[in-house]
Amino acid sequence: MIQYLIRRLIWAVALLLVVTMIGFVLFYLVPANPAKQACGKACTPEMIARVAHYLGTDRPWYIQYVRFVGRLMPVSFHGGPHFKTPNLGKSFVSNQTVNRIVVNAAPETASLVLGGVVLWMLIALPVGILSALRPRSLLDRTTMTGVLIGVSTHPLFLGLVLLYFFTNKLHWFPIGGYANFWHPAYGEPSGPLQWAYHLILPWFTFAVLFMAIYVRMIRANVMETMNEDYVRTARAKGAPESLVMRSHILRNALLPVVTMLGMDIGVALGGAVFTESIYGLHGLGWWTIWGLNNFDSPTVLGVLVFATTMIIVFNLFVDLLYAWIDPRIRLA
Amino acid sequence: MALLEVKDLKTYFATGDGIVKAVDGVSFSIDPGQTLGIVGESGSGKSVTCLTIMGLNPKRNTISSGEAFFKGKDLLKTSQQQLREIRGNDIAMIFQDPMTSLNPVHTIGHQLMEAVLLHNDVPKQQARARALELLKQVGIPRAEGRIDDYPHQFSGGMRQRVMIAMALINNPDLLIADEPTTALDVTTQAQILDLIVKLQQEYGSAVIMITHDLGVVAEIADEVIVMYAAEIAERGHVDRIFNNPRHPYTWGLMGSLPRLNADVERLVQIEGQPPSLLRPPKGCRFHPRCAYAMDVCRTVDPVLAPVPGEPDHLQACHLDAETKTREAERLLGAFATEASAS
Repeated sequence: MIQYLIRRLIWAVALLLVVTMIGFVLFYLVPANPAKQACGKACTPEMIARVAHYLGTDRPWYIQYVRFVGRLMPVSFHGGPHFKTPNLGKSFVSNQTVNRIVVNAAPETASLVLGGVVLWMLIALPVGILSALRPRSLLDRTTMTGVLIGVSTHPLFLGLVLLYFFTNKLHWFPIGGYANFWHPAYGEPSGPLQWAYHLILPWFTFAVLFMAIYVRMIRANVMETMNEDYVRTARAKGAPESLVMRSHILRNALLPVVTMLGMDIGVALGGAVFTESIYGLHGLGWWTIWGLNNFDSPTVLGVLVFATTMIIVFNLFVDLLYAWIDPRIRLA
Repeated sequence: MALLEVKDLKTYFATGDGIVKAVDGVSFSIDPGQTLGIVGESGSGKSVTCLTIMGLNPKRNTISSGEAFFKGKDLLKTSQQQLREIRGNDIAMIFQDPMTSLNPVHTIGHQLMEAVLLHNDVPKQQARARALELLKQVGIPRAEGRIDDYPHQFSGGMRQRVMIAMALINNPDLLIADEPTTALDVTTQAQILDLIVKLQQEYGSAVIMITHDLGVVAEIADEVIVMYAAEIAERGHVDRIFNNPRHPYTWGLMGSLPRLNADVERLVQIEGQPPSLLRPPKGCRFHPRCAYAMDVCRTVDPVLAPVPGEPDHLQACHLDAETKTREAERLLGAFATEASAS
């Protein structure tokens, strides 16, 4: 178990290095001069050179990369080994540290993604199970049509349609923005209620695609498990249908769903970009777009590192969870 | 009084292609403590007969009719609630494939205790003790250490032992064993059969043994039913079936039994395939494969009637009695010569 964790950690570090290196090389290939941009329009070549030296962009890319990784390390050997906060560097464009950007953006994305996951599972589970219990019934047919519409609707389109009807026409929901869950900022809506109110449309927009995929997956898994021999054994024992469903069908049918969920959180993070753009949520996706538009490599790479770390941590968590709920799997 | 009395049982499945008559008018009875063997090819309706009695067929698209009196109660007209109380308690079942019949995510202890707790209002400790007792009885080595293991940690034979323990845990009056040894290797097969026979004597349960293996039937059954294409071809005491088989299909089954001492080049086989139950042949369902088929066989479905002089020995065949006696004697004679020659 410990051995497994150590191996996973080593892999995680290797993965992070590869991801960041690819990111670095890609930005190096882009024909943009961050120093020139940061300096402004009326800069002389000498001034640009000085800014480039200040930003560190006058060095070859591998030196920049080594420095980047050095800042990222949680330990430092400068002046005796000691722990330090990993530093993602400073934005070339906005005068903020990337750490600051990530700390501010992460809660918005987390609210969107976690709330969206809860919403999609809350709907997909009962609907998928009910459809499986009554295949080809009216409910099942309606659901399958809904699934088809759901998987073929892009979040960008859906978001705009929802905004048009529910905000522009009906004025039910705010046009966008984020309300802080905890700290009431002066003059701005905040608190759990406002937080949820601002996020209802984004959650829905974000969740529909996965909801559709999961309804179909849960339905298929449950239908398959219902025909298993051990389900017949449970009935032959005299188990009532509710127990057969809970203890014998669902317990087995939902195992693959847990795995899929772990993998899809990463995919979903990518999907969050669209939702954040439409609803003006300044989350990780929004900052990525901003960073790309402004050739601001520190911001993009910072978000990349953070998101990758989160996905790795989440997958590890799901693997551990899976080993716990499925006795056939022992981590080794 | 008979423990279970089945009369004119029919089970039809509605499929996209039409109605499949999986069981078509089967009648039999079984007394307490008795062993009934049901023999037949795959798809002859053996398993469906028993699943219908247990009420375990899928509810949708299934039409059942007839009667199945168990201790005076018609199981086909009993509510699901009452059937649940009977299942696993009065009637228990062992299935064909032990590899897939146990739930992979629960320990075997959990699954055994579940069977106890569903029918008895006892504390968990007591249910666990009972589970452990049964595991020892079915011969699981180091049962104390294995009760908390998961099914995938057991071999096929051991899993079938667990299934038997689960079936017998509530001391049922009737045990239905649906090809319990088919999925096991030969040495394990014998062990499992011995175990069933031994425990049957201990618990005094009646047993319905579904099998396609006449050898198994000869070994443990009192009564035998030979099924062909959803109908009973021949029914009688094991002794009579083996000493005076009256149906060409039974002859075929006996002829295809491998014998160590046989001097024959190859096994006798029944030509052709079992018929489709969607559109069974007109007349006698066996006639397309029967070497003795006559014109009447192609048009008239023979009724199950007693063999002359043997009121409890029933058979459904148009062939005249003399030919049958002659052919049966010839077949048995051939076996006897083989036996004496070796």
